Amino acid sequence: MADRLDNEQDRVWQTMGLTDEEYERIRELLGRDPNYVELGMFSVMWSEHCSYKNTRAVLRDLPTSGPQVLQGPGENAGIVDVGDGLAVVFKIESHNHPSAVEPYQGAATGVGGIIRDIFTMGARPIASLDSLWLGDLSSARARTLFSGIVAGISGYGNAVGIPTVGGQTVFHPSYESNPLVNAMCVGVMRHDDIKRGAATGVGNSVMVIGSTTGRDGIHGATFASADLTDEAVERKSAVQVGDPFREKLLLEACLELVARGCVLGIQDMGAAGLTCSSCEMASRAGTGMVVDLDRVPRRETGMTPYEVMLSESQERMLLVPTPGKEREVREVLVKWGLEAVVVGEVTADGMVTITEGGRVAAQVPAKALADEAPLYHRESAKPEYVDRLAAFDTDDVPACEDLSGALLRLIGSPSIASKRWVWEQYDHQVGAGTVIGPGSDAAVIRLPGSKRGIALSTDCNSRYCYLNPRLGAAHAVAEAARNVACTGARPLAATNCQNFGNPYKPEVFWQFREAISGMSEACRALGTPVTGGNVSLYNEDGETAIRPTPVIGMVGVINDVERRVPMGFQADGDTVVLLGATRDEIGASEYLAVVQGVEAGQVPTLDLQAEARLCKLLWTAASRGLLSSAHDASEGGLAVALAECVIAGSRGASLWVDGAGADPGLTTDRFLFSESGARAVVSASPSTLDAFLALAAELDVPLAVVGRVGGDRLCVRFGPAPDGTARDGSTLGEADAARCIDVGIEALLSAYEEAIPCAMQG
Amino acid sequence: MKFGVVVFPGSNCDRDVQTAARAAGYEADFIWHAATAVDGFDCLVLPGGFSYGDYLRTAAIARFSPVMAAVAEFAASGRPVIGICNGFQVLLEAGMLPGAMLKNTSCRFLCKAQRIRVESARTPFTLKLRPGQVITLPIAHGEGNYYADSETLAQIERHGQVVFRYCNESGGATPESNPNGSLGNIAGVCNEAGNVLGMMPHPERAGEQILGGADGRLILDSVAQWVQGGGRIG
Amino acid sequence: MRYVADIVVKLKKSILDPQGEAVRSALGSMGYTGVQDVRIGKRIEVRLEAANEAQCRQAVDEMCSRLLANTVMETYDFSVREEPGE
Repeated sequence: MADRLDNEQDRVWQTMGLTDEEYERIRELLGRDPNYVELGMFSVMWSEHCSYKNTRAVLRDLPTSGPQVLQGPGENAGIVDVGDGLAVVFKIESHNHPSAVEPYQGAATGVGGIIRDIFTMGARPIASLDSLWLGDLSSARARTLFSGIVAGISGYGNAVGIPTVGGQTVFHPSYESNPLVNAMCVGVMRHDDIKRGAATGVGNSVMVIGSTTGRDGIHGATFASADLTDEAVERKSAVQVGDPFREKLLLEACLELVARGCVLGIQDMGAAGLTCSSCEMASRAGTGMVVDLDRVPRRETGMTPYEVMLSESQERMLLVPTPGKEREVREVLVKWGLEAVVVGEVTADGMVTITEGGRVAAQVPAKALADEAPLYHRESAKPEYVDRLAAFDTDDVPACEDLSGALLRLIGSPSIASKRWVWEQYDHQVGAGTVIGPGSDAAVIRLPGSKRGIALSTDCNSRYCYLNPRLGAAHAVAEAARNVACTGARPLAATNCQNFGNPYKPEVFWQFREAISGMSEACRALGTPVTGGNVSLYNEDGETAIRPTPVIGMVGVINDVERRVPMGFQADGDTVVLLGATRDEIGASEYLAVVQGVEAGQVPTLDLQAEARLCKLLWTAASRGLLSSAHDASEGGLAVALAECVIAGSRGASLWVDGAGADPGLTTDRFLFSESGARAVVSASPSTLDAFLALAAELDVPLAVVGRVGGDRLCVRFGPAPDGTARDGSTLGEADAARCIDVGIEALLSAYEEAIPCAMQG
Repeated sequence: MKFGVVVFPGSNCDRDVQTAARAAGYEADFIWHAATAVDGFDCLVLPGGFSYGDYLRTAAIARFSPVMAAVAEFAASGRPVIGICNGFQVLLEAGMLPGAMLKNTSCRFLCKAQRIRVESARTPFTLKLRPGQVITLPIAHGEGNYYADSETLAQIERHGQVVFRYCNESGGATPESNPNGSLGNIAGVCNEAGNVLGMMPHPERAGEQILGGADGRLILDSVAQWVQGGGRIG
Repeated sequence: MRYVADIVVKLKKSILDPQGEAVRSALGSMGYTGVQDVRIGKRIEVRLEAANEAQCRQAVDEMCSRLLANTVMETYDFSVREEPGE
C-alpha cells in the first residue's frame, strides 16, 4: 500500500479533525492502518458536514414522507409532486463559514452548490432564495460582509440566469463575526426525468464531467465543521472560487444529457469532492467503483492523490452514463466547452478503489465512508438564560405613548424594513416565470407548460428560537406555511437549514434538540414533511454562538396561477378583514426589541390546528377568487402587517378596531404589536366579501371586519366605529397619539425604503 | 413571423425571448453561436445574459462567435436585428451600433421596472408606439451605462438614432430617472438605417400581464407588423 | 522566440470611472486625505511566440485593438520582454 505513514507517531488524524476513537474505528473497519489518502477521505466523509454524526440521531424525528413526496432526504435534493406530471425539486443549504472569511466567493459558491444539487436531479432550476443573517448594520464589518454576500449571490445567480426571487435578511449582533448564508434552489421537471446519485450496473463507466480539478477548497467540509477562530480564518485556502459561466454551461450540458437519455446516475462534486461523490454513488447502489486518478483532468500540475480526492473545485459532476453513450456524453460536453472523461468503472466489490500510476492509492469500503460514520448522542443541558428571560413580565412594559411613532420605528428597523437594496441587485425576473417577486410573503413562480404555480418562502424568527427553541422552530414552520398560503398556495413540503453553535456545548445541543422537536411537531400538524436540507454547526467565533437559527424553506402549489393573491391592498373600497385571534403576546416581539429595547419574555403560543385552518381558508378563498389581497401578520404584529399592505399597494386604509376577536381588556398598543400566531390581514371586494365571510365561518377561522381600503393614509382607531361602519379617515389630533395610528403613505414609504440604504452609507 | 434567437455560451434570456414570442403568437427558434447561416428567419434577436461569462469585458468575446458574420450580413440586407441587454453590448462590441457600455455608476447590478420614453417611432421595432410615449420595461444589468464620445453622440442624436430614453412618470428624462448613468439617459439606439436596434431594457420580460406588464409585446408586434408589411430597409 | 507581453487596459481619461471614484472616497474616509484620483484598469499577461520583438509587438498591438481593449472607451499600453529559456 502506497504512502504508508507512521500514523501512530504523527497522530496525523488529529490534524485532519478526527478523534482518537474515530481513528480506531477506521482501523477496525479496514482491518489495517489507513494510509494518508484514506485517512483524508475518512476525515472529510466523517466530518459533521458530510456525516451528521452529532445530529443524525436527533434528525430522525423529522417527518419525511407523505403522498406528495417523490424523494425524501438522502439524495442531492428532495422532490415533491405538484400535479400535471410535474415534480418540483428543492433544497436549502448553508455556506456560512466560507462567507465569513470571503463574503463574495463564499456566498457565490453557496449559490453555485445548491443550483448543482437541483440540476443533478434532472430538473431545470427556476428560482433561488437566500436567507441571510448578519450583524447589526452599525458595525463596519457587518456592512462589509452584507454588501459582499449580496454581491456574491448577485454575481453568481444572475450570470447563471436563475432568478433570485425571495428569502429574508435579518440583522442581529450575534451574527456579527459569523454571518449565515442559507441558499435555497428550486427546479422543475417531469416525473420521468428524475435522476438519482447511484452508480448502478457493474462494468458501467464512471465519468468526470465539467470543470478541471485544482487545489482549491481542500478540506472545505472539515472547515465547515469547526469553530470560526482566527486560525480557521487563516485557512482561507479552503474557500473556493466560483465560475458561474462554467456552471451555466454545465447546467445546459447536464439537462441535454438527461433529455438525450445519456444519464444513469449523476452526482455533484461539492463538499468533499471526488471522495464524497464516488463513495455515496457506490453506496446508494450497493456497488463499488474504481477510479484512475491519472485520467482526472487537472488544472494544476504535481497534485497528489490526496489533493485530487479532496479537492472541492467547483462545477464538476460524477456521472455514470447509460452504457454505450460515453461518446455522446463527450460530444455534448465538448459542444458546451467542457470536459468529459471516463475515469473508471462500477464494480461489484463494494469498494472505492483509487489508483494512480498503476498503483492502488486508496481502497475503502464505500459504505464505511458513506454510511458508517460514528453516531454520537451529545450531552444536552438547558441554558441558564432560558428560564430567566422567559420570566420577564411584560406587564412591566410601559404603555406606548405614540403609536404612529412606534410603527415608523418598527418599519424603519433594518430587519423589518424594505430589502429592495438587496433584491434589486438580484435578477429576480430572468426565466419569464416570476409572477410574484421579492418583497412579498412568498414568491410565486409559474410552471412552464402548466397552469400551475409554486409559492416559495424561507422563514425563521431567531429571537423566538433563542428564547424558546422548540416553540420558535415550530413558529418558523407555521409562518412559512402561512406566507405560502397568503399567496393562494397549498403548502406541500419543507426543506430546512439548521444553523447552530458548537454541538459539544450541552447548551447548544439542547437548543438543537428542542428546535428539531418543535419543527417535527409543526411539520406533522401542517402536513408538510421535510424532504432534505442541511445542518451547519460550529457557528461561533470561539466565544459566542449565534442565536439558534433553524431556517425553513417552504414550497406550496397553486393549481391556477392566475388566482394568486398579492400582498398589497388593491382597490379603494375593498373591505379589510383581520383573520385570527389576537392575544396579549408582546413577549419576544419585534416591538419589545425595537421600541422598548428588550429581548425577553414568553414566545407567543402556537395553535397548530388554528394555523392549519387559517392556511386552508387562505388557499381555498384564493382558488375561488374571493380575495383582493392577503398578508401574514407576524414580526411587528398587526400594525406592521397593515403598514406593509398599504406600502405594497400604494393605497391607504381607514380602520376602526374594536378589539373583536382579541383578549378582553387588551390595550391598544398590545393589540397592534402583539405577535400572536395564526393571523393574517386580507381584503376583499364588495362582490366577494359575503362569500369569503361565509367560508371563514365554515372553516372556523375567527375574524373581525375592520374597515376599508382608500385614501393616502393608514388610520387605525381603537374602539367601535361611530356609526357601525368604517369611515374614511380624517387627520386626528395629537392627543390621540396613544390611541390611534395615523400616518401618511409618504412617511411610511420613506421610513420603510430608506432604512437600509441609509444604514449602508455608514 | 419567425424570430431567430442567437444562443451564445452564457446567454440566459434566450428561452425567455422564445416564451414571449410564442405567447404573442409568433414562432421562435434558437441559432447556436457556432452556426454560419441564419436562413429562414424574419428577425434576429441577440438575447440577454452573460455571454462567455462577460469575462474580459461584457460581450467582448461573443462578437467573435462564428454566427456574427451571418448576423452582420442579415443586417446589411436591411432585415431587422435586435440586441437586448447583453445582446446590445454584443452589437456595440461588433461595431454594428455606435458607443460602448460602462459599469453602472452605482457599481451595482440593478433589476427593476423602469420607465422609458419612445424617441423614434420610425424604426421597425417601434411602429406601434408613438414618439413621447412612456412605457415600462424591466431592466437587469450591471453594465448599462451608455457611453459615446461627444461627436458620436451629437451624430446619433442628429440622425434620430436614439430610440429609447430612461424617464420618469411624466416622460422627463431627468438625472433622477437615469438608473445607470447613461449619457443622455439613452436606453436604446439604432443604426443609421434603423433596422438594427440595441436596448438595455427587456421587452421579453414584459410580454404578458401576469409577469407585471405587457408593454414589451408592443415591440415584438411592431417588428411582426413591419415584416408582414414586406418591410426591408435599403 | 518566446515573449511575455504585459498589457495594461484603462478607461479613457475623459470617462468617469465609478469604481475608481468609490475607492477614492473609501481611501479618503480611511484617512488618506492626499489621494487625488484613483483609476481602475486591467493588467493582462500574454505569453506568445514570435519571430522577433517587432513582430511580437505588432501581434500584441493587434490583439489589444481587436479584443483586449474596446477603444471606444479604453486605452491600452504594453511592454514585451523575452521569456528566459527553461
